[in-house]
Amino acid sequence: MHDLQTKLDALIAEYQHKPGALLPLLHAIQDNLGYVPEWSYASISRGLNLSIAEVHGVVSFYHHFRTFKPGRHILQICRAESCQAMGSEALEAHIKKCLNIDYHQTTADQGITLEPVYCLGNCALSPNIMLDEEVYGRVSPTDLDALVAELDTEVVA
Amino acid sequence: MSYKIYIPRDSSALSMGAEKVAAAIQAEANLRNFDVEIIRNGSRGLYWLETLVEVATDKGRMAYGPVKIKDVTGLFDADFLNAKPHPLFLGLTDEIEWLKKQQRLTFARVGITDPISLDDYLAHDGYKGLRNALNMVGTDIVKTVTDSGLRGRGGAAFPTGIKWKTVLEAGAKSHIGLGCVAETKYVVCNADEGDSGTYSDRMIMEGDPFVLIEGMTIAGIAVGATQGYIYLRSEYPHALITLNAAIEAANKTGYLGENILGSSKTFHLEVRRAAGAYVCGEETSMLESLEGKRGLVRFKPPLPAIEGLFGKPTVVNNVISLASVPIILDKGAQYYADYGMGRSRGTLPIQLAGNIKHGGLVELAFGVTLRELLYDYGGGSYSGKPIRAVQVGGPLGAFLPESQFDTPLDYEEFSKIWAVLGHGGIVAFDDTVDMAKMARYAFEFCAIESCGKCTPCRIGSTRGAEVVDKIIAGKDTVKNIQLIRDLSDTMLNGSLCALGGMTPYPVLSALNHFPEDFNSQTIVKVAA
Ligand SMILES: Cc1cc2nc3c(=O)[nH]c(=O)nc-3n(C[C@H](O)[C@H](O)[C@H](O)COP(=O)(O)O)c2cc1C
Ligand code: SF4
Ligand code: FES
Repeated sequence: MHDLQTKLDALIAEYQHKPGALLPLLHAIQDNLGYVPEWSYASISRGLNLSIAEVHGVVSFYHHFRTFKPGRHILQICRAESCQAMGSEALEAHIKKCLNIDYHQTTADQGITLEPVYCLGNCALSPNIMLDEEVYGRVSPTDLDALVAELDTEVVA
Repeated sequence: MSYKIYIPRDSSALSMGAEKVAAAIQAEANLRNFDVEIIRNGSRGLYWLETLVEVATDKGRMAYGPVKIKDVTGLFDADFLNAKPHPLFLGLTDEIEWLKKQQRLTFARVGITDPISLDDYLAHDGYKGLRNALNMVGTDIVKTVTDSGLRGRGGAAFPTGIKWKTVLEAGAKSHIGLGCVAETKYVVCNADEGDSGTYSDRMIMEGDPFVLIEGMTIAGIAVGATQGYIYLRSEYPHALITLNAAIEAANKTGYLGENILGSSKTFHLEVRRAAGAYVCGEETSMLESLEGKRGLVRFKPPLPAIEGLFGKPTVVNNVISLASVPIILDKGAQYYADYGMGRSRGTLPIQLAGNIKHGGLVELAFGVTLRELLYDYGGGSYSGKPIRAVQVGGPLGAFLPESQFDTPLDYEEFSKIWAVLGHGGIVAFDDTVDMAKMARYAFEFCAIESCGKCTPCRIGSTRGAEVVDKIIAGKDTVKNIQLIRDLSDTMLNGSLCALGGMTPYPVLSALNHFPEDFNSQTIVKVAA
């Protein structure tokens, strides 16, 4: 916790003077810590001269920011129209069942956090998923199983 | 002898394994003692052929695709480095019909050059537009853009030159006394590309980032703005890398920063990451977001051109609008305006998506019909079943049935059939699609993404999804369909922005064109 606070303070010092600093700062925090912890709001609000409510309002407005610690991997399934046209619904149902979790949840072993996403810009090769920073195109349930099997996580069959 | 090989770094190519293919080709070449230079280009946009591998020959670039890792040894065995036959051999890339028939102006370099090589950009007509612009006064640059007929490619199709003129003239009156301090102005590039079925912005940013940087620099010089921001959606990590690399190269060589190319002009550019809110693609919501706030849509007026980012005059344009500017300044307004039909001038980078056999980027002059795109280019559905519906223009665009496939791509022709072109994305659905489910999804999406400022959008969307559920369940269909129509009416007329205001497009078009999916044979088909 102490280390994290030091890291947070350094990030705030780095970003606080940028115009419109809050979003770049929140990105930096999430990139470094994996999420934007609620205990960080007080320091952020002091550093950027905002109220805690304002910081909370911004964090909660954007789907990208999360306030809980995610699993070691983040798996996003595209739910938008192009992927629907190519069977993303089956993909969603399949992975939820395999991982035994719903969206915004993390597997019991902290391996995977499952998130919905609305278009990954790969719609010529639907259906798509994003695993951490990489997009995979034309994904079948079997492909998805293989990808997940390679991860350091235990999957509930 | 060294062989030159091109393997895309574009994220769609990567999604089909381009990174591993590149590594495998390098490894195999090392093993066989071939000296190869692998260039990581953008994608040519023939996505069903990714990973598309090209080898340079004295006749031109020869293509092989789609290449998978398992094909690599076979390609070497067949001597692909010398363009020898192989089952994946496609011949000269430029002669592939799909590509050859296109009119690539904005995408002239995408897939051809190394995206982050400034030298390559310059060798392919790069920065000619900026050089011309530096010898012109702002009003003449703006006039050139106006005369080209370019309209915003982000969705609203507003004439770009007219927007720039407003920003150019804004603040002119505020020059006080002798000091004559120029007012701060901004150029903001909307790279939030949230519409399903669209990826042309991403292809430009990953495949030819300099053309966007050049377009923004020209905009800055034209209107007197010295700072630019690219608001990039967070789902595009690879675009972030290429953009930042290109910006750094431009800064180092005098194409960005102070005294651009020895002129007295200044333009700084920074990429800002969005955070996954669809509504932040709406321009005023985006400005709020750039200011570090929640993305609540602003009331207009004031227009962003007058009071935009941090209250200053701001040009807000889509990636494709800005990336089309360099060629206009290079070849002239007339050259661009000679393409197109009616009041839709120039070319549109069209994106084929969804259930389509040959998905990818087709840049053509306005006027091409949906049918030509779906069948001549798209090759029909991916599943081989009939294409039953297409959604054009993203999640707020109408669904079109077969009977409307002969509509030419033109802003006015589309508005005649109560449809929109939007950002040029076309999503095809085969005959397994359930249009009531699609209407439900349109409401659901609106509910998830609503900024919450107006009641019809915030509440109406959730209510709409519930009512469609009842229709799907066969409950009081006639009454509930009327309820959907009334609700749509309220949303159409009572929403501050197009998220709430256009959700009725997909909903009502689904209902009107595909009534059989709404558990009701009795409703009268309303003329669109
Ligand atoms: C809900 C909503 C989402 C939008 N998303 C985008 C987007 O992702 N990219 C974009 O360029 N324009 C988007 N727009 C349109 C912008 O508000 C604006 O018209 C556009 O950025 C202006 O640039 P242009 O004139 O070059 O098209 C969106 C509009 C709405 C209402
Ligand atoms: S229509 Fe919806 S998204 Fe647009 S301003 Fe109103 S509540 Fe916000
Ligand atoms: S809709 Fe899934 S990638 Fe675009």
